[in-house]
Amino acid sequence: MLGVLAISSGGGHWEQLQLVAPSFQEAPAAYATTIEGLAEKYGIKNGYLVPDCNRNRPVDSVRCFLQVFRLVRQLRPAVVISTGAAPGLFGLLAGKVFGAKTIWIDSIANSEKVSMSGRLAGWFADVWLTQWSHLETQSGPRYWGSVL
Amino acid sequence: MIFLTIGTQLPFDRLVRTLDALAPSLDRPIFGQIGKTSYRPRNFEYCEGLQPAAFDKTFQAASTVVSHAGIGTILTARKFRKPLIVFPRQAKHHEHRNDHQLATCNQLRAQPGVHVAVDEQQLKELLLRSSLEPPEEHVALRSRDLLVRRLRHQIDQFIMAGDPATSKSRREGAGCS
Repeated sequence: MLGVLAISSGGGHWEQLQLVAPSFQEAPAAYATTIEGLAEKYGIKNGYLVPDCNRNRPVDSVRCFLQVFRLVRQLRPAVVISTGAAPGLFGLLAGKVFGAKTIWIDSIANSEKVSMSGRLAGWFADVWLTQWSHLETQSGPRYWGSVL
Repeated sequence: MIFLTIGTQLPFDRLVRTLDALAPSLDRPIFGQIGKTSYRPRNFEYCEGLQPAAFDKTFQAASTVVSHAGIGTILTARKFRKPLIVFPRQAKHHEHRNDHQLATCNQLRAQPGVHVAVDEQQLKELLLRSSLEPPEEHVALRSRDLLVRRLRHQIDQFIMAGDPATSKSRREGAGCS
């Protein structure tokens, strides 16, 4: 059984995902991201490519959601963890559907308020985190530290 | 060499254009990763995108990196200890959906090695300086360690609770005692 599916967009979200990856290095893990060759560059063998999307491109978003959903159904991870953005949100949502525990770490880029994807994830994620202590609230998101 | 990178998602013509105008007055050549932009630089070499391995190689070869205020670039600059000049995308120029890059810059001003230029004049001044301070890796470690430790603890708990074999043996163990 797969322990952890770590999923994020390419670029900054992926860099942050890699920086928190030591937190699940003992568990069997798979990765999903949106840039071809990115997982290989980090020496990851079980990396999966998913289409990129954002909320300004609804058709891409539907395609992205379906592919991420299929991937989660196939892998059945115990935990889904994401640093954003939209593809990560879909990963958490699909994880929730298939009984996984879900962890959202909002990108460090969101220093004034939690991202749109992050706020949506806040509705259902088992662990909901911001990387800025001044954005932490009692009802969430919580602040556990940051990659920066 | 000065490495210009505008990230993987959106064009950033204003930054490319500004560097193109500054290039003749600088003592070092520029190489640009400029994305799908409508503006083509005349005074330096460029490409649209770089494969991850080539990107790292170029980054390491640079003496200074100029970029949008993207977190990926900021983390990479810290990893390779390269002085970084960040030039935030601004919503008023339609360079991003909102002004989160400006907000990031305000938070980054205290970080050693990250130099913020919010307009063309500030960018020029930073580029003409003889040397720029590089980032220090160690400042990141405490807060990152904290995050990773707490995540690891939580993930271990989730996996143990979700694994039928583990939870069964735990239940049996509890019955024996």
